[in-house]
Amino acid sequence: MILEVEGLTKNYGKLRALDRVSLRVEAGSVTALLGMNGAGKTTLFQLLTGLFVADAGRISVFGHDMRHRPQAALARLGIVFQQPALDLDLTARQNLNFHARLHGMTRAAMRTAVDAALAQFGLADQATKPTRELSGGTRRKVELARALVTSPDLLLLDEPSSGLDTQARHDLTRDVFQATRERGIAVLWATHIVSDIEDADAVVVLARGQVVACGTPASLLASTGSDTLEQAFLALNRKPA
Amino acid sequence: MRWLRALEAVVLREAIRFLRQTSRLASAVVRPALWLLVFGAGFSNVLGISITPPYQTYVTYDVYMVPGLVGMVLLFQGMQSSLALVFDREAGFLRLLLTAPVPRWFILFAKLLAGTILGVLQAYAFFVVAWLAGVDYPLFGLLTVLPAIVMGGFALASIGLLLTVHVRRMENFAGTMNFVIFPAFFLSTALYPAWKIAESGALWMVWAVRLNPFSAIVEFIRFALYGIFAVPEALVTVGVGLLAFLFAARGYDPQKGVLGRRGRDEG
Repeated sequence: MILEVEGLTKNYGKLRALDRVSLRVEAGSVTALLGMNGAGKTTLFQLLTGLFVADAGRISVFGHDMRHRPQAALARLGIVFQQPALDLDLTARQNLNFHARLHGMTRAAMRTAVDAALAQFGLADQATKPTRELSGGTRRKVELARALVTSPDLLLLDEPSSGLDTQARHDLTRDVFQATRERGIAVLWATHIVSDIEDADAVVVLARGQVVACGTPASLLASTGSDTLEQAFLALNRKPA
Repeated sequence: MRWLRALEAVVLREAIRFLRQTSRLASAVVRPALWLLVFGAGFSNVLGISITPPYQTYVTYDVYMVPGLVGMVLLFQGMQSSLALVFDREAGFLRLLLTAPVPRWFILFAKLLAGTILGVLQAYAFFVVAWLAGVDYPLFGLLTVLPAIVMGGFALASIGLLLTVHVRRMENFAGTMNFVIFPAFFLSTALYPAWKIAESGALWMVWAVRLNPFSAIVEFIRFALYGIFAVPEALVTVGVGLLAFLFAARGYDPQKGVLGRRGRDEG
């Protein structure tokens, strides 16, 4: 197990954003974290990435406790945040170089990995443009390429397709599945757009800060008596937690 | 090795951004130059400074002003670099920095170091402008003043960093900068020595000037420019810098600091 979350609870004042959330991600698998707006997905990501600490519970990434050994855990993560996190004054290549350096990559390794990541996402010809001049979809690709440049073992994606048009979303989804399957990288993909994650190996449904269902897409369809994952998702959100 | 590369990443980014922001580059030199040329010229005959350490003779007002204006360069750079951090937070880029696999305090230290290096370069650019404007200062002082500029720049950047823990929005931070920069600058020895103020009878102001850490930084620079290491001022500068940095690092610590406890839209 590469990611284990046990009994995670986070309060904002009187509001309980996460309530005893537990989930697991297996090596090489794509796990979808489905939740409506306000379900607690982003809060969970903030805790998973060590930005903030939980009020209770435990996060273990490759056996490293996020509370006590965050650096060891972070070194093996690739992260795409919901809110774009590019330096718009830097070019795509400079953004990737910055991230590679931040992760301690040597110059030679950085050059090879950045070239490969730019090529994989079809960004080579736009690498020297300031990111400010790139479209929203291309910027997202740059963020994805950046997250993969350090060869992470687990990719955390927080609504990576938000704000993208249908074509860009489709391309991004295809690129993520292709890149991570090729490299054997595990993915935890938070979204409310069911069509993005229909090929996921496992699905965790979060509603009102609680995990209301988890399993394979087939098992969710069976347990909810639904024909599609979208119907199952809506049904699970209707049920009181 | 990872730490060094992370340091390189942060410093390089700051340098690239600084060079691209031409208006910031220009204002870094033009602002103190205007003070020197306009204010200095206007008051040079009124405010000559009689023999007082570190000066061994009567000096004109523009000579007195130079260390204070170097302090101003560092003060603005410190606040600008903190403003950039607040901007990074609003733009979401700070998350990337804070999820780097190195301790947060080190990332903050790297930011401070980058800001300090930029401050030092701007300070020396101003020394050149002052020299071109005919201000007389010892050339060997350009060497002896370096530690004071580095420590002063670090201290002021640390204070700015501490502000970013508590003031988290761009619009609030811009306003707060005015409440820091102007009192710090005007209630200091940057423009007039404390004894001149005492002579005017404004005793409350004398105390404010003496207790202002920016005065210590300016005096540290002033004495260092004449080859004198002012120990008390150096201790205050380093002490204030370290304290501000420690409190800021604690503020950003997700386990202990206010940002970690607040969560939600922070980071």
